[in-house]
Amino acid sequence: MSDENPQKPAAPAPASVAPDRATSEAIEPPSRWTVALREIATGNAIISVLAVLLALLVGAIMIAFTDENVQKTAVYFFARPGDTVVAVWQSVSGAYSALFQGSIYNFRRPGFEAGIKPLTETLTFATPLIAAGLGVGLAFRVGMFNIGGRGQMLIAASVAGWVGFGWDLPWGIHMIVAVLAGMLGGALWAGIAGLLKARTGAHEVIVTIMLNYIAYYLVSWMLRTPGLLQAPGSSNPKTPAIKEMAVFIKILGPQYNLHFGFLLAIIATIIVWWILNRSNLGFQFKAVGENPNAARVAGINVKSMYVYAMLISGALVGLAGVAQVLGTVTTGFSSGIDAGIGFDAITVALLGRSTPWGIFVAGILFGAFKAGGFSMQAAEGVPVEIVLVVQSLIVLFIAAPPLVRAIFRLPSPGSRQKRTVPNVTKEVAAK
Amino acid sequence: MKLELRGITKTFGALVANDHIDLTVEPGEIHCLLGENGAGKSTLMNVLYGLYQADGGEILLDDAVQHFAGPGDAMAAGIGMVHQHFMLIPVFTVAENVMLGHEQTRAGGLLDLPAARAKVKEISERFGFDVDPDALVDELPVGVQQRVEIIKALSRDARVLVFDEPTAVLTPQETDELMQIMRQLRDAGTAIVFITHKLREVREVADRITVMRLGKVVGEAQPTATNAELASLMVGRAVELTVHKEEPTLGEEALVVENLTVVDHIGQLVVNDVSFSVRRGEILAIAGVQGNGQTELTEALVGLQPRVTGRISLDGRELTGASVRKILDAGVGFVPEDRNEDGLVGEFTIAENLMLDRSTGKPFVKAATLQLGYRADFAREKVAEFDVRTPSIETKVGRLSGGNQQKVVLARELSRDLTLFVAAQPTRGVDVGSIEFIHKRIVETRDSGVPVIVVSTELDEVAALADRIMVMYRGRIVGIVPGNTPRDVLGLMMAGEAPTSEGVAA
Repeated sequence: MSDENPQKPAAPAPASVAPDRATSEAIEPPSRWTVALREIATGNAIISVLAVLLALLVGAIMIAFTDENVQKTAVYFFARPGDTVVAVWQSVSGAYSALFQGSIYNFRRPGFEAGIKPLTETLTFATPLIAAGLGVGLAFRVGMFNIGGRGQMLIAASVAGWVGFGWDLPWGIHMIVAVLAGMLGGALWAGIAGLLKARTGAHEVIVTIMLNYIAYYLVSWMLRTPGLLQAPGSSNPKTPAIKEMAVFIKILGPQYNLHFGFLLAIIATIIVWWILNRSNLGFQFKAVGENPNAARVAGINVKSMYVYAMLISGALVGLAGVAQVLGTVTTGFSSGIDAGIGFDAITVALLGRSTPWGIFVAGILFGAFKAGGFSMQAAEGVPVEIVLVVQSLIVLFIAAPPLVRAIFRLPSPGSRQKRTVPNVTKEVAAK
Repeated sequence: MKLELRGITKTFGALVANDHIDLTVEPGEIHCLLGENGAGKSTLMNVLYGLYQADGGEILLDDAVQHFAGPGDAMAAGIGMVHQHFMLIPVFTVAENVMLGHEQTRAGGLLDLPAARAKVKEISERFGFDVDPDALVDELPVGVQQRVEIIKALSRDARVLVFDEPTAVLTPQETDELMQIMRQLRDAGTAIVFITHKLREVREVADRITVMRLGKVVGEAQPTATNAELASLMVGRAVELTVHKEEPTLGEEALVVENLTVVDHIGQLVVNDVSFSVRRGEILAIAGVQGNGQTELTEALVGLQPRVTGRISLDGRELTGASVRKILDAGVGFVPEDRNEDGLVGEFTIAENLMLDRSTGKPFVKAATLQLGYRADFAREKVAEFDVRTPSIETKVGRLSGGNQQKVVLARELSRDLTLFVAAQPTRGVDVGSIEFIHKRIVETRDSGVPVIVVSTELDEVAALADRIMVMYRGRIVGIVPGNTPRDVLGLMMAGEAPTSEGVAA
């Protein structure tokens, strides 16, 4: 309050002559660049990238091992090792270029419009992954593990589908109502877990897993019951087609499958970014996620936050289910409509470090794996399972940051912590 | 066994944690290692214990150079360590914990528990510890757990014992008992290194004192040195140990608590029918041995306890049963006892922590949106005002020292318009320099006309701050006495004995 307080506490110029580099680093606030570099090097972003690289590397080894030519040439490896090397190179480069051509740009097709189609496929596959990943990631930030993506997607898909084929509304409004209804369905389904956690302390992992089963069998039953979800006149457990009025438009024209759902995923990413980084709700979410005790003492209603977080998480996962039925599979769906996205979303959220844009990028990467995996198998005969193994390896490496750090000899975050300790250095300057 | 450290140097990156430290500890001597947090005491002891490898210098035991690759080597050489945070397994019994790491087995690989039991009994009897070998560690009081740690070290024939801040978790009584144990061990010929930053303890028990600051030995002192001398050696400048405060200018009664009773989650009566009041401009210190209901009482005042009966009113407003949010909005500032657990979000920046308890409305939030510019200005201002030593307001609070963390909590709570200020253990784990500052701010808060409650188990702190002292024992008020009540009277009251003369027994 008085004039004796310096305005900027951290920057009293060292009284003596310029101290050695190490000391000055501790006294002056580190520059933005240093901070950013450290954050990248010791933080998690670089780990994610390196984990992907490592996984691709291990994937390459597996591709080589499973390749027939490599196996043949390996028999006479010691006579002509060159053959094996060439075969390995061909199999790996062939596989990964097929992956590229299947997911980003296909050079074999004539013209840009046809060549770029794989990228739009990637984005189509990425749409539900991003939406569901955002849902799982947001729950992570509040300290909750939402494994109920499957159930939430199924409920959301059913509600949106039911509105989509059972109702008659004008163009546009029909779609909006279907989207909102589906998201509401997902939100409520996840909200059950949030409410049970808040009220009874039931662990959300167990509750959401059980809700997956309940949703699956509930939807299966409704699909087999005429008058509910089953298409009239059919005996298959499948719904009728979604009405034209409710189907997502193809945003790049009819030759591409990319639909309006991708725009919704972008909007969802922006909204989640805003919630987490700019809104007071997100502030409370993160406080609860990092330290629920301190949050409670600071007057934050922790239980409400659990419920709100699960509602929003469920709505986002629900959006993934909605995008599936209104965008990707519009001809009627069955109980496999979730396509495992609810679980892939966990991977996406982990790879994206639970940050909205990280999840967005991770979702696109996984979309690319999905789109490219098929063409890899078709073009090069590489088993599609390899792609799944690569996906799993990514998560494995992310879960073990010290392993990745050791392989690439990165500084560990602990060493940085030690360096920021000294108040000590400052007192030297003050003396 | 004689311990000698010669020129020990240990660096972490650019930070020199130990700079050519020389230290000799004779058998039958309690050697105090005094210094503020971050002075390098713990680093030095971790080097001694083999947890860190020194970059230079040597360790000698009875004039023989030692090389410790890990704690196992150090233990084998006769060095024992009692850590500040106990290294015990709560679900094991005392005997199991003591044998852990060097289990003896009988035929068939069965653990030789009777031998461990016998060992615990033997050591307990030798030093007059009252420790049941079959008690679960979880169920023992903190002071007894510490004795288990001591037994553990002694059972491995430690001839050099290191106590790393052993009193940080102890009550005054337990501290006194520990001192007694240390003297016994010394008389039995053990060399003892006692690390602390509490001056009173040092003067009470030390035979020799070495003071460290900024990774260097800055001086040796005799136990006869005054507190002020020791403190200025430690901090590197003169330190005010007594808080300057004027006579309080008392206002009307602000906080009135009537027949307050708190039942905890396992159904125990932890605060039992407590009534008191605090006037404006007054500091009421709540003294008592840890665990006699003070924690629960303060938590009840801010709405953190679910099962509360009785009445709490502040400035005539009823606060009983109100939510934490409501109570904070009514102007109650709260410094929780455990700042890491309850006061701060370690992964949040200083700026974020400064808005933690105002996350729902003005001035930090407008239309559900964070006011980041305002928050940054506010944080810069508070960091300067409260002298928080940090590279930037974006530094994560978990990276700050205890004293600086506590200043962040204090800055947050004192920057609101307060109608009541409750500080529980405001200086626990805080260095001397910061204690001075924190005490000054608490008195300033009082002088601005705010009723203040300070909970402390440290009698020094109680005596320094209190206008009135309320002593609690087993959830009840033993008595409320004037601030200048002598220590011995307070000590008796803390043991549950009602004061003879004045005061209101509840």
